[in-house]
Amino acid sequence: MTTHDITVEVNGVAYDRTVPPRLLLSDFLRHELHLTGTHVGCEHGVCGACTVQLDGDGVRSCLLFAVQVDGCAIKTVEGLASGPELHPLQAAFSGAHALQCGFCTPGFLMAIDSMLDELSAMNEAEIREALSGNICRCTGYQGIVEAVQATVAGDKHDGR
Amino acid sequence: MKPPDFDYVAPTSVDDAIKALGSDAEAKVLAGGQSLIPLLAFRLAGPSLLVDLARVDGLDHITDEGDRLVIGAMTRQRRAERDPVVAERCPLLVESLRHVGHPQIRSRGTIGGSVAHADPAAELPAVVLALGGRVHVTGHSGDRTIEAEDLFQGFLSTSIEDGEILTAVEVPASGPRTGWSVVEIARRPGDYALCGALCQLQLDDAGAVVDAHLALIGVGDRPMRAHAVEAAVLGGASPVEAATLAPDGLSPGSDVHASSDYRLHLATVTSRRALTQALESAA
Ligand SMILES: Cc1cc2nc3c(=O)[nH]c(=O)nc-3n(C[C@H](O)[C@H](O)[C@H](O)COP(=O)(O)OP(=O)(O)OC[C@H]3O[C@@H](n4cnc5c(N)ncnc54)[C@H](O)[C@@H]3O)c2cc1C
Ligand code: FES
Ligand code: FES
Repeated sequence: MTTHDITVEVNGVAYDRTVPPRLLLSDFLRHELHLTGTHVGCEHGVCGACTVQLDGDGVRSCLLFAVQVDGCAIKTVEGLASGPELHPLQAAFSGAHALQCGFCTPGFLMAIDSMLDELSAMNEAEIREALSGNICRCTGYQGIVEAVQATVAGDKHDGR
Repeated sequence: MKPPDFDYVAPTSVDDAIKALGSDAEAKVLAGGQSLIPLLAFRLAGPSLLVDLARVDGLDHITDEGDRLVIGAMTRQRRAERDPVVAERCPLLVESLRHVGHPQIRSRGTIGGSVAHADPAAELPAVVLALGGRVHVTGHSGDRTIEAEDLFQGFLSTSIEDGEILTAVEVPASGPRTGWSVVEIARRPGDYALCGALCQLQLDDAGAVVDAHLALIGVGDRPMRAHAVEAAVLGGASPVEAATLAPDGLSPGSDVHASSDYRLHLATVTSRRALTQALESAA
């Protein structure tokens, strides 16, 4: 099958690559760019682990082909922190014990970061519903909801 | 879980998209991909060519035409959900969109893609059916309009022909004293509903129902309009009385998620709640 030349900006860096149409964005990020922070759980859109941002919107990278994002800007979990400094949401996750195995965490972080404005106006039940597209097998969600509330309230966590 | 091989084109005009579709008998339209890519991953679809509509000019718009609201097929669901014109002209659509998957699905999923996909448990086909809307399609032999009642032909099946593209979805704009409601029973928020009712009612100055729309999802091979319930409500029946007619003419299948009888029970329950809430919000 014919391949396509694409230019994609990922975390501020422009990449030129040649891809077959069937290559999923999730595999492009992980296998071509070696950005393995984006996790793949179900590979059919139901778990949210693979969530990245496409031109600022939270999207499933397993439900997109790399060829579709030619000319677009992608942000992955690797683009969240600035150097050794954790992003406030990451610090809040750490502070609120919002992760155990961490498999789901990159997806939660990228989904939450794309919705912070809306989340800041929500009560706890609404936050839970807004996060329902991401599945966590470990935490029971309590810590994740607390981390969101701490972040939108601007609380500082010591990152312990 | 990897999609099979296919060729890909991303035309920039409707004409080129139609030419591309016509060039290959196994070609398929790619819109938001939120239903098609899972189907590819499961190898339930195997097109040889995907024609991506994302770069086609003129398919991403929300147009207020006075008594009608026209939404371009490639308008992302998340955009429509947050659009003030849609909120004013078709609040039932906004409420329905909130039930479609999750925000990350709606960032990519399109209005036209959901209607063309015609899942019997999907909200948007039911909105178009309930409100008596229509879709605009175009193909080799020109443009045509399909009324919602003629559009949905069965499970994931519509009267849009191979080689045709859905270009816009049109619904009547809601009038004054209109109430609406979407009630669903689902295992988890964002899941396709086991059963749901989408309702819009309009009252006159005296508070009598003068316009009633009710569609049910998850109870057949396509969205179903509940004409008997609508007629009862227009005749002055209460939500409780009218909702008992919801199972009329339905024969939902049984599956691992719910039995046929349970779905029929839910048809009554969701209809009653939706009618009650729509009446309250119209009053
Ligand atoms: C986890 C998950 C949960 C979901 N939950 C829900 C839910 O609760 N309710 C719901 O309604 N949906 C749900 N969806 C589906 C989602 O709404 C899809 O966005 C929608 O069904 C299809 O829209 P799309 O733009 O992604 O179309 P695509 O997936 O690109 O296309 C779907 C089909 O329609 C055809 N098509 C698309 N656009 C056109 C066009 N303009 N002209 C002709 N044919 C066209 C395609 O060829 C394909 O056959 C869910 C999806 C996922 C992954
Ligand atoms: S891996 Fe993409 S949603 Fe599960
Ligand atoms: S922390 Fe293990 S799946 Fe969420």
